[in-house]
Amino acid sequence: MVTLQTRQPLDVKKISIPRGQLYIIPERCKGCKFCIDFCPLDVLEETSEMNAKGYHYPVVAEGKEEACIACQFCSVICPEFAIYTEEIVE
Amino acid sequence: MSPEERVLTGSHFLLGDHACAEGAMAAGCDLFAGYPITPSTETAERLSARLPAVGAIFVQMEDEMASVAALVGGSLAGARTMSATSGPGFSLMMENIGMAAMMEAPCVIVNIQRGAPSTGLPTLVGQADMMQAKWGSHGDYEIIAYSPSSPQECFDYVIKAFNMSDRWRVPVFVMADELIGHMTERVVIPPADQIPRVERKRPRHKPGDPSFLPFLAEDEDLVPPIVHAGEGYRVNYDSLTHDEKGYPATFPEPHDKLVRRLVNKIRLHADQIIEYEEIFLDDADLAVIAYGSTARSARRAVNEARRDGIRVGLLRLICVWPFPENKVRELSNQVKAFVVPELNLGQISREVERFTSLPVIGVNHAGGVMMAPDPILDTIREVAKNA
Amino acid sequence: MPEIKVESHPIDSVFRTERLPHIFCPGCGIGPATHAYAQAILESGIPKDQHACVSGIGCTARVPGYMDVDSYHTTHGRSIPFAMAIALVKPEMEVTVFSGDGDLFGIGGNHFIHAARRNIDINVICINNFNYGMTGGQLGPTTPLGAKASTAPYGNTEPPFNLPYLASACGAVFVARWTALHVRQLKEAILRAMQKKGFTFIEVLAPCPVGFGSPNDIGDAIEEVWLYRERCIVDHNAYLPELEIDLRRKDIPFVMGNFVDIERPPFDPLAMMKNRGE
Repeated sequence: MVTLQTRQPLDVKKISIPRGQLYIIPERCKGCKFCIDFCPLDVLEETSEMNAKGYHYPVVAEGKEEACIACQFCSVICPEFAIYTEEIVE
Repeated sequence: MSPEERVLTGSHFLLGDHACAEGAMAAGCDLFAGYPITPSTETAERLSARLPAVGAIFVQMEDEMASVAALVGGSLAGARTMSATSGPGFSLMMENIGMAAMMEAPCVIVNIQRGAPSTGLPTLVGQADMMQAKWGSHGDYEIIAYSPSSPQECFDYVIKAFNMSDRWRVPVFVMADELIGHMTERVVIPPADQIPRVERKRPRHKPGDPSFLPFLAEDEDLVPPIVHAGEGYRVNYDSLTHDEKGYPATFPEPHDKLVRRLVNKIRLHADQIIEYEEIFLDDADLAVIAYGSTARSARRAVNEARRDGIRVGLLRLICVWPFPENKVRELSNQVKAFVVPELNLGQISREVERFTSLPVIGVNHAGGVMMAPDPILDTIREVAKNA
Repeated sequence: MPEIKVESHPIDSVFRTERLPHIFCPGCGIGPATHAYAQAILESGIPKDQHACVSGIGCTARVPGYMDVDSYHTTHGRSIPFAMAIALVKPEMEVTVFSGDGDLFGIGGNHFIHAARRNIDINVICINNFNYGMTGGQLGPTTPLGAKASTAPYGNTEPPFNLPYLASACGAVFVARWTALHVRQLKEAILRAMQKKGFTFIEVLAPCPVGFGSPNDIGDAIEEVWLYRERCIVDHNAYLPELEIDLRRKDIPFVMGNFVDIERPPFDPLAMMKNRGE
């Protein structure tokens, strides 16, 4: 986090980090774990629940509920079109 | 382009191959994709000049597999498509002919047959591909095949081939032979407005209607309406066995249903497709069954035999597939034997055998020279003597 | 906020959703590549009705069946001449061939080189997973030297094709290579290909955990994709003859990029008619 010892960009107060809402389609997931592995902020983890085909789909990890920055990488990398994010616009 | 520029109205002295080309022009062929092969090359060469002159597409492909792939793709995009080949090319075309049958894509293939098998006799006549026309690709499917006996019939039956192909959504072959293809004879081409044209069946549903099932054949003829690329229907065409939506359905039940329909499309309506010519059959007690160039010699032999007092007639097959089985059955009640001259070692004779218990005597030659009237006449005389 | 469970995805409008989920294995690279293609269709400015997707036979070839466009699942190796005819009869349509390495370059090799030579106006997207996946992982024309396959139990003895080099040599006007991991760059490349007139080619390296990964001691799809992550570099100006993929040489990177973007007159069977003043 920013402290008095750190150099700050001049416009740091104007720039805000986007926040994302995660959506999943559990029935499409095949448990490949691409989204979990490639999320830059490790937002996702496997749930202990299973979908009808027996795969553990991803859910937001505990403590990571505010971490998603809507980079959409999970959305574009998922082979099953089973997950996406939307930027939360305030 | 005006129809007048396509149709070479008038009386001409034309090579059989060229008559095939003019038939294609008159029928409104939009795309020719082929590969040069003796003795059909003249058809392609003529079309390479005639088609671009009316703004239509001529492409010489890299091989025959690409040719038929282009025929099917072009057909499903809405074009009337055609190719011309001979035995070795016909063999290469077979896999994609199966695709045309499976996707129910109309297309016309002219086969100017030559001596076979393999490279065979490239420049000399044969009738060696007749069974292959029906059974060449793997699986059960039906096609229509015509056998012209003159350049005039080359012209007429290429036009008919396009119409029947569009009507029934099957590949249609014009099984000429090198004798007819390389013969020059009078061909009369009518005015453009007298060229018959049958259009493809089109759907009643509008594009985007979710209830539209592109492969549901609701009509008695078992032919589904066709949709083309870019019309907004966004249909899947699959070489895999498919359901009525066009989606792959690789299970026994939908597969059996589809294949039966593809086959019954033609088998149950063969009477609307079959064509033959009867010469002196009314009082015959011996029937000659012949097609293509051989039928010309057979006609001479029959005439000669009649002069000798032998009651022989000729059934000249114009449409060879579907085979006129009912006519053979009917003749079996009247004649005592069949004589089947062919420039192969017995192909259509096998079809005759299937529908009669009478003797079927072949007059056979593996090709390379026309079947002269003499061997046919000799056989007629011998059979008549022993009958 | 925790996750919200839903039943549809923003990209669904480009798919025949009643057929999803697709048949591909967990972790198969065809999925992300298809997503990039679908996104490109949405962003192309060309309506769905004017897109056509053609394939041959194989796992990748199942993709057109899932897309909500005019789709054609044809015979093995023959998608390119089929697509050419659609492009000639309906020149206003955007025709894309979406097929695999074995289908396009094994049995289909001859059609590829002629189509590129002619510069026919189609896009070819080749998903390269280094094997014939649908039939169980046999070796193909892009299987790396030494790699194992079901028909190469001792290791492949044949050098593979260098696809960007081949495509460029044959005359393709746009040649790119990305992976199923580089989905954003892939989408941009597909968009560029759709804009260009002429023969465009995009190779997409994709993990195939069951067909390729398993016989080659690659644990799962994640491990195969990490291989790309570690060894890929981007160099749009790379020297094409040196772009072959060698799995064994850790010092040789996998080079990605948009390598060729040139202009050549697209194939026109009536080109000579204009010269005649007709």
